[in-house]
Amino acid sequence: MKHYEVEILDAKTREKLCFLDKVEPHATIAEIKNLFTKSHPQWYPARQSLRLDPKGKSLKDEDVLQKLPVGTTATLYFRDLGAQISWVTVFLTEYTGPLFIYLLFYFRVPFIYGHKYDFTSSRHTVVHLACICHSFHYVKRLLETLFVHRFSHGTMPLRNIFKNCTYYWGFAAWMAYYINHPLYTPPTYGAQQVKLALAIFVICQLGNFSIHMALRDLRPAGSKTRKIPYPTKNPFTWLFLLVSCPNYTYEMGSWIGFAIMTQCLPVALFSLAGFIQMTIWAKGKHRSYLKEFRDYPPLRMPIIPFLL
Amino acid sequence: MAFSEEDGSNGGASEASEEREAPGRRRRLGWAATAWLTFYNIAMTAGWLVLAITMVRFYMEKGTHKGLYKSIQKTLKFFQTFALLEIVHCLIGIVPTSVLVAGVQVSSRIFMVWLITHSIKPIQNEESVVLFLVAWTVTEITRYSFYTFSLLNHLPYFIKWARYNFFIILYPVGVAGELLTIYAALPHVKKSGMYSIRLPNKYNISFDYYYFLLITMASYIPLFPQLYFYMLRQRRKVLHGEVIVEKDD
Repeated sequence: MKHYEVEILDAKTREKLCFLDKVEPHATIAEIKNLFTKSHPQWYPARQSLRLDPKGKSLKDEDVLQKLPVGTTATLYFRDLGAQISWVTVFLTEYTGPLFIYLLFYFRVPFIYGHKYDFTSSRHTVVHLACICHSFHYVKRLLETLFVHRFSHGTMPLRNIFKNCTYYWGFAAWMAYYINHPLYTPPTYGAQQVKLALAIFVICQLGNFSIHMALRDLRPAGSKTRKIPYPTKNPFTWLFLLVSCPNYTYEMGSWIGFAIMTQCLPVALFSLAGFIQMTIWAKGKHRSYLKEFRDYPPLRMPIIPFLL
Repeated sequence: MAFSEEDGSNGGASEASEEREAPGRRRRLGWAATAWLTFYNIAMTAGWLVLAITMVRFYMEKGTHKGLYKSIQKTLKFFQTFALLEIVHCLIGIVPTSVLVAGVQVSSRIFMVWLITHSIKPIQNEESVVLFLVAWTVTEITRYSFYTFSLLNHLPYFIKWARYNFFIILYPVGVAGELLTIYAALPHVKKSGMYSIRLPNKYNISFDYYYFLLITMASYIPLFPQLYFYMLRQRRKVLHGEVIVEKDD
């Protein structure tokens, strides 16, 4: 069996970083990354980006050496992706924050509102409902992170955790401050408004969960396969007929429901921010689907049926 | 930072500007875009020149800075607000600066002009106002003439020199003027409760302009050094031909 030689150069300085000889032809990029780590332990595999061209796309971990357009001496270019952190860690941290922070405001812990309000309770039913909804939402997210989601990537850049936590924790504190404020004003249309909004919230939470389960079932455990999602027997998944990312559609619906229920402008602004971000993600995902699958259903829009 | 300088962009001039050390990154600007940008930059140079001359004449005639702001405020508001177009230039791609960078810079100028000096009349005669006005005026005249000459493909070295050296002094002077002005405005804002929303209200939101200004002042601490060191790096690249490998590309 003919062995390959692999030399790894720095993509920016072209400096020779590592020379591997006697590499098996059927070795994967993942295995080469492991070998590279041996000579440069500070660059663990998750922060390595190896490519055939200094400015080209990263090679995938599953790519096999002999299937690449290289001679028996392969030159790979290395780029440091920076310190990495696992997606699971980021999700758990960014979701646990809002859960606890909201409760600090709900229980009116000292130094937030005036001292005469310490540990008092709101007399509005909707405030208690809001706490239940908000807490349920983030508990659901935590459980999904632990038991439902199957991630394509193991890691993301470390700086994302600071960015993401600032966003989630910051907005949670901002919303919670007003909803649990002693001077909170309940919704203009009273119990009717609250009931309708709560119904929207619950339906969309169920919808969002159904989509997460459907997406999970598309992909066997431990794999990174990608398939077109289709509606299942669960009526909530029928939204797949009209949109590529119904999970985002339902998420938007949940927050719109929560905003109407609390009639709180910061919640509406948080929903808007989330909508903008999720639309960007949905458009990207939609584009990838279209690129990868020739037979992608043409009726589907990225996030809002027929519109966006 | 209201005291604006853009990243190494040259007002959209396409080729031949000596500062471009990467010829592969040339932009082809259509004739219409070139004509418009040339007109825009000439107009802005002229506007800020008029502003500068009016300020000098006022001081020479009256011997005091009191009333100076009032005498130039219309011109200042006109030309500074007109600069919002620079965001559009970036959006449509005729200027290579990022929309975010241009947006932040123009917004901070608009903030100073409309939300501070225009709205908080008691501080209009503060010395700090003159401080930032002088800094802005010299910077803008230099910057817009730099763009103008670049677009016309005849950039005198002294203008390039000025653009990449004046900021070393003008930047901190401008920032000082702005911060001192906002600081002077604080007691008036607190007393009048202007631009603020109080609880309770049916949208369950509140806003306190006084605290907003405090946070704005605090934000200068991380932002100013970043912008300043960015300009210093640009200066080394453009004037001394240093090749600087950025941390991440």
